[in-house]
Amino acid sequence: MLAKRIIPCLDVKDGATVKGTNFVNLRSAGDPVELGKAYSLQGADELVFLDITASHEGRKTFCEMVSRVAAEISIPFTVGGGIRELADVARLLDAGADKVSINSAALRRPQLIDEIAGHFGSQVCVVAIDAKEVVHGDWRCYLNGGRVPTERGLMEWAKEANERGAGEILFTSMDHDGVKQGFANDALAQLADTLSIPVIASGGAGAKEHFADAFRLGHADAALAASVFHFGEIPIPELKQYLRGEGIPVRL
Amino acid sequence: MGMPKVAIVRYNAGNICSVVNALRRVGVEPVVTDDAAELRAAERVVFPGQGAAFATMAYLRESGLDKVIPTLTQPVLGICIGQQLLCAHSAEGNVDCLGVFPETPVVRFPEKPADASAAVLKVPHIGWNTLEELKSPLFEGLSAGDYVYFVHSFYVPASPYAIATTEYGGIRYSSALRRGNFYATQFHPEKSGAAGERILSNFVHLCHD
Repeated sequence: MLAKRIIPCLDVKDGATVKGTNFVNLRSAGDPVELGKAYSLQGADELVFLDITASHEGRKTFCEMVSRVAAEISIPFTVGGGIRELADVARLLDAGADKVSINSAALRRPQLIDEIAGHFGSQVCVVAIDAKEVVHGDWRCYLNGGRVPTERGLMEWAKEANERGAGEILFTSMDHDGVKQGFANDALAQLADTLSIPVIASGGAGAKEHFADAFRLGHADAALAASVFHFGEIPIPELKQYLRGEGIPVRL
Repeated sequence: MGMPKVAIVRYNAGNICSVVNALRRVGVEPVVTDDAAELRAAERVVFPGQGAAFATMAYLRESGLDKVIPTLTQPVLGICIGQQLLCAHSAEGNVDCLGVFPETPVVRFPEKPADASAAVLKVPHIGWNTLEELKSPLFEGLSAGDYVYFVHSFYVPASPYAIATTEYGGIRYSSALRRGNFYATQFHPEKSGAAGERILSNFVHLCHD
């Protein structure tokens, strides 16, 4: 039976892992390759590395880190941050990444999804969406790590990304991110029940029960979190034992 | 006993460096080559990759590898698209493949699960799923129910060559095949953590007459 995936997310700046609370106020949390390896040994199902460096030099450092991750870690990993064109994707895949996550660049130029899917296959293309519930039930997408609002509706954009060839949708609720009160399960369920591709829940993990809810109520295929893992608040083996006890299929 | 010489088939499929990395982690330094003599001389050949059947088959024909691969006599391991290309025919682009596994088709997952467990079947089948009905020294040290990593939209239905099966969307399909010296997995051992490394190590150390 297909397992629900647990995915630690590592924000990387100048070669070091950081994690923001509500997208600001960064705290340092260690070396990305060592941290990734530790997660892999603990039973993480995949890893996501997001490059939050802006400089050209930082991008080079990130690419070198991707090669090290590929050499040392035996589970799939996705990389994202600053991907604007096909050449960026090719460089990261050549370095050994399994998938790339695109966000603002796809929202600005949706054709990028078709290009990635056409050249490298849908399985490579994760479309990340940051959204906020502006009125009850009305979710709007944001650009630039949640700093710039747009008029695009969450469902409409997710469906378009699906049709254009995205392999997975990584949905972050900005309302829930960093608050640790659980994932946006209603919106998740709507996405998961509508799309023909897997949905990864992101934003809001604070307790083990929140993961169970994302799978049971949100129908998510995978759940992503950062700080609860980085600061050891929820050890992955304990989380997976708990989920198995709850009857949710997980890889142990 | 030294490590056998392992060659990886170089062709127009993606994700070959993951296999190089994984083999290095089990102590093998593979060569990546499309040279027929070098492939024939290797003690093990890995035929990996991600990609579309139509485009990769066209490339294999053009390069002459379509004649080399099926006539190899040492243990060969096809992975993912490598497995699909070893079959008789693929529905992906409606293309005839290498036919190492005769009368074995590759078909697409349906849009709805066969067991009506959900409104839509998510395709590609992405993530960790279990192996059952293990029947090969390739899986020594593994047990039914162990998880490996899959990413695919096309699959091989039940087959006499199956050495492992997996269930997705109510369909039990062949997740690994063997015929003679040819082994193949639909999943990615190179991305399947400790279980995958064990499979690669088993392949490298297979007893072969």
